[in-house]
Amino acid sequence: MKYIIQILPSLLNGTRITILLFAITLVLSIPLGILFALGLRSKFKPLAILLDLYVWLMRGTPLLLQLIFVFYGLPIIGIVFERFTAAVVAFVFNYAAYFAEIFRGGLQAVSHEQREAAALLGLSRGQTLRFIVLPQVIKIVLPSISNEVINLIKDSSLVYVLGIGDLLRAGNVATARDVTLVPLLMVGLIYLILIAGLTYLQKVIERRFSYYE
Amino acid sequence: MNNVATRTPILELTNLSKTFANKVIFKNINLQVMKNDILSIVGPSGVGKTTLLRTILGLEPVDSGSFKFAGQVFDPTDHSQNQIGIVFQDYRLFPNLNVLENITLAPIQAQKQTPAAAVQQADRLLEFLKLTPQRKLYPFQLSGGQKQRVAIARALILEPQILCYDEPTSALDSSNKWQVANLLRQFQKQGMTQLVVTHDDQFAQKISSDIFQMG
Repeated sequence: MKYIIQILPSLLNGTRITILLFAITLVLSIPLGILFALGLRSKFKPLAILLDLYVWLMRGTPLLLQLIFVFYGLPIIGIVFERFTAAVVAFVFNYAAYFAEIFRGGLQAVSHEQREAAALLGLSRGQTLRFIVLPQVIKIVLPSISNEVINLIKDSSLVYVLGIGDLLRAGNVATARDVTLVPLLMVGLIYLILIAGLTYLQKVIERRFSYYE
Repeated sequence: MNNVATRTPILELTNLSKTFANKVIFKNINLQVMKNDILSIVGPSGVGKTTLLRTILGLEPVDSGSFKFAGQVFDPTDHSQNQIGIVFQDYRLFPNLNVLENITLAPIQAQKQTPAAAVQQADRLLEFLKLTPQRKLYPFQLSGGQKQRVAIARALILEPQILCYDEPTSALDSSNKWQVANLLRQFQKQGMTQLVVTHDDQFAQKISSDIFQMG
């Protein structure tokens, strides 16, 4: 117990970095994913093709490769990011691609007939999107988004490769230093607690959207 | 019978033609909808009645022909004036909005009415259509007849010059059907022009001032 209390501050500091990366990625990649999803459905074909290519690249290559590419690769051509920023850039663009695909599916699921009805009522496309389409899309995509959000917490451990002091690194450093499994078990426990919190939040949000069928 | 001298056309379709995938849907349609009339467009299924209605609503382009509204050349794809309202066959209520929100969304957002004014007007319509107890319910909680009346209220609140119905009786039982017929007559008494697309000849005979046969 004394040992746990001793290593807890460094683990909590790692947790703080993990949560920070998680939160920034989520706040940026969800709106970006919605925008990209709208772009994927655009009648302006070059934009849709470009975004298709982007989604294919992001989903078709490992996130680890993308992290290494942004932090270690881009400096070769003169684009240098600080460690944490590099992680944010790689995570945001990777997750935005997954969210774009999820939202594209959600947008397709809201019937064209509803958009027609809205247009005949004199609502603009923006108003239709805001008041009719997006609220329905959010309900449709919630389970898939929740899955990705849970993956994101776990994927954030990949920043280990950039030397960022996240939760996993904090535990690994302590295990290597003190030759004990306790820090790694604690790391696992903290991930489980974080994911339990997110799962609870997912259920609350799903309940909030269950007022209609 | 209407007095011929007082009948003025509000909507005129001239030589409307529409083909789809090389199939002629309709050709050289000439049609006048008189003010305060109930005009029914009848004909068997697949004859192009709904497509004709969709062109009037600006949802389908025509290959040729012209539209006039109250004597002026009219672009049906411009929905900003809300001159023509529609009650769809499947009602198309917004499932994420309750009855009151379904009705007040367009007046508040598109017509920039104050929420208080829109709600007041919506409540008047809900009372008239016997829907007051349902004002906070969601579409999935309503019967077919109730959904249709919400769709009617949603169209009426925008005060259209013409109210159109696509197959208004197709999903209703006989008692609901004649309630709708009575409703249409009440609207007519209040000066509303109505256009009904239906394959139900009996219903059309009962309610119409004029019938346009297709096919």
